[in-house]
Amino acid sequence: MSTAVVTGVGVIAPSGIGADFWPAVRDGRRALGRLGRYQPNPYPVVVAGEVTGFEPEGRVDPRIAVQTDRFTHFALAATDLALHDAALDPAAVPDYRFGVVTASYSGGVEFGQREIQALWRSGPEHVGPYQSIAWFYAASSGQLSIKHGLRGPSTVLVADEAGGLDVFATARDELARGARAMLAGGAEAPFCPYSMCGQLGIGLLSAGEDPDTAYLPYTAEAAGFAPGEGGAVLVVEDADAAAARGAPARAVVAGHGATFTGIGRFPDSAEGLARAARQALADAGCRPEEVDVVFLDAIADPRADQAEAQALRSLFGDRAVPVTAPKTGYGRCYAGAAPLDVATAVLAIEHGAVPPTPGVTGCRFDLDLVTGAARPLDVRTALVLARGLHGSNSALVLRRPETS
Amino acid sequence: MTRRVVVTGVGVVAPGGNGTKEFWELLTSGRTATRRTSLFDPTGFRSRVAAECDFDPAQAGLTPVEIARMDRYVQFGAVAADEAWAQAELAPADPWRVGVSMGSAVGGTTLLERDYAVTSDRGARWVVDAALASPFLHHALSPAHLAAEVADRVGARGPVRTVSTGCTAGIDAVGHGARLIERDRADVVVAGAAESPVSPIAVSCFDAIRATTASNDDPERAARPFDRNRDGFVLGEGAAVLVLEEYEHARRRGAVMLAEIAGYASRSNAFHMTGLRPDGVEMAEAVRRALEQARLDPTGVDYVNAHGSGTRQNDRHETAAFKLALGQHAYATPVSSIKAAVGHSLGAIGSIEVAACAQALVHGVVPPTVNLETPDPECDLDYVPHTARERELRAVLSVGSGFGGFQSAVVLTRPERS
Repeated sequence: MSTAVVTGVGVIAPSGIGADFWPAVRDGRRALGRLGRYQPNPYPVVVAGEVTGFEPEGRVDPRIAVQTDRFTHFALAATDLALHDAALDPAAVPDYRFGVVTASYSGGVEFGQREIQALWRSGPEHVGPYQSIAWFYAASSGQLSIKHGLRGPSTVLVADEAGGLDVFATARDELARGARAMLAGGAEAPFCPYSMCGQLGIGLLSAGEDPDTAYLPYTAEAAGFAPGEGGAVLVVEDADAAAARGAPARAVVAGHGATFTGIGRFPDSAEGLARAARQALADAGCRPEEVDVVFLDAIADPRADQAEAQALRSLFGDRAVPVTAPKTGYGRCYAGAAPLDVATAVLAIEHGAVPPTPGVTGCRFDLDLVTGAARPLDVRTALVLARGLHGSNSALVLRRPETS
Repeated sequence: MTRRVVVTGVGVVAPGGNGTKEFWELLTSGRTATRRTSLFDPTGFRSRVAAECDFDPAQAGLTPVEIARMDRYVQFGAVAADEAWAQAELAPADPWRVGVSMGSAVGGTTLLERDYAVTSDRGARWVVDAALASPFLHHALSPAHLAAEVADRVGARGPVRTVSTGCTAGIDAVGHGARLIERDRADVVVAGAAESPVSPIAVSCFDAIRATTASNDDPERAARPFDRNRDGFVLGEGAAVLVLEEYEHARRRGAVMLAEIAGYASRSNAFHMTGLRPDGVEMAEAVRRALEQARLDPTGVDYVNAHGSGTRQNDRHETAAFKLALGQHAYATPVSSIKAAVGHSLGAIGSIEVAACAQALVHGVVPPTVNLETPDPECDLDYVPHTARERELRAVLSVGSGFGGFQSAVVLTRPERS
């Protein structure tokens, strides 16, 4: 049985791009603001996390940039950062042994809205040749494979936020089947008017107008999440392959579990999350007592938050386990949210610190929620939780590599 | 200890007939279900032919609430799942050990487009009017809705997700579902795919790259896989769902095993989002790895269910791939495409083809390639033209190729082989 290790991390987030991300989340800096991607904004959701500093120029080949949506721009840029971070040249990996698995939620919505507008306003001959490859959910996996010559197994999983953890299980499975390296992650760019028109129907987005108070999970003021854009791509390698090329293992992708408890049935997600976490811990061969920190899902709906707190209680009993939701600082990025949490967990293991939950005070549940500032902590085992908007629950266990 | 995966239920919603029985009758009859597009007025579009389902969701057993909530492709998937689940006759299993793996390439296109026209005043506004949107529009953003609806119908509480790899999604969803069982994440996985792309936006985007046929004058003969005069695929719609079950789990309860999912692999060409190199090396590699998992020599393949989309480049590409992967045996193996009959339903077709392969194994019949009139010198295998052929089948191979460069292969065998 091979061991899957993270050797590279690439982040495009409202809090920061690449190396700027960790100091920002460690210090709990807030990156939520008034949504500015489209004007005017007549919708009741005005606070969001935008990657304001990101333009495709200089990060994405101009010929590809015009053929792709912003969500693929993020994936391409995050992958460049991850491969650089891993010091991995894809050409050095044996043929057919390097694949890619991305999570998606809504695909290339902004590109798609432009093309469907051309269709309805001007007629079918005005739809461009790239609509067929830019809008669909597989656009990023396809472009990443082509750009980096990855001819191994590639796939795309959609389970909304939960899918962002499932991709790491699939990457690990492919390594067990003979792949040497996998790109795993996801990114989302959900800010165009028509996509927002759909997201409003979810009924879980915050209508708060103040960036400091719009997204406050686990508090009495919890009234929905602030959506975010961005995501992360990680390089996950077979441990022996990484060791052979002298690449340090940053974290072990140790275990995963997944359950389904239905769309919006949050009380049931307590058991669903707890079971997913137990599966993940069993898969990792570790006990709940060994978990040092939990990265939370943080929907900021009172029933959903309560269910998550119940799941933790059922896992850990009276033991106070540090838990955190750094995403309150930059928004919930749909299929990009969990990959960002995985990236943050890897960085927390490396830096020996748990980043805080920005903005949140007065947690109404019996949780050891890390707030205010980062908490120094020797993190050997991290548990990451995610719930998808369509009812899936996932859990991933990451562990610090044994130094030998 | 290898965990084997068998098929214990099949459900199909396809052009030309709903239900597995009608579907199989169409495939083996040599008829086609392609016609002038009727789901919308195709005047002004380059391709005006489609393979459409005559589908009445109420008659198919969906409630008014379900019909309102589910986009057309989800309705297809739900009805196909009901048929498959009923056939499997699973007594209440441990719901936490039942998973769902559903495929779709473009998800909720029908609802997305219908609501777009309304909220944008037919494209007049960039900032659309949210007050005019359906309360279910959010489901159409994410094809996770498909897997979630299927999960609730069968009471699944295990891993539930949608695989969205474009036109290989139907094979990849079955492959992913089989992996969930092989790796002990579930004992039962309801796996399949659904698509309903026959709408102006999907038709126009294939028009723009001339991937679909322009043979509008003869709709029943518009899809011509492997024919020298082929000019693109006919867009289709539909769904197929399989109940996958761990072999011992099925054996213990005395279930009828229709087929075994013996091997699956996917590879990428890393070449072009829509273009294919003619040599087919990556598809051949996927086939080899799927055969390797099935512990099957290339000469053990009794039938190849081709992607056979009827585009100029695809049919040449995969003909080359079969020769690479099967060697001389490729010339002695019947190869056919059912897309002339039921069209190319993007993410759904891979599962529909796996369902066809399961029927082929059960009945010992190879479905034909309809409309193959004029041989193409570059496509020189035995494509079983016009007429179904009886043949003892022990192992069949099905392949798919899609935008993004994905190439997938799955091997089905008769389950008693071991």
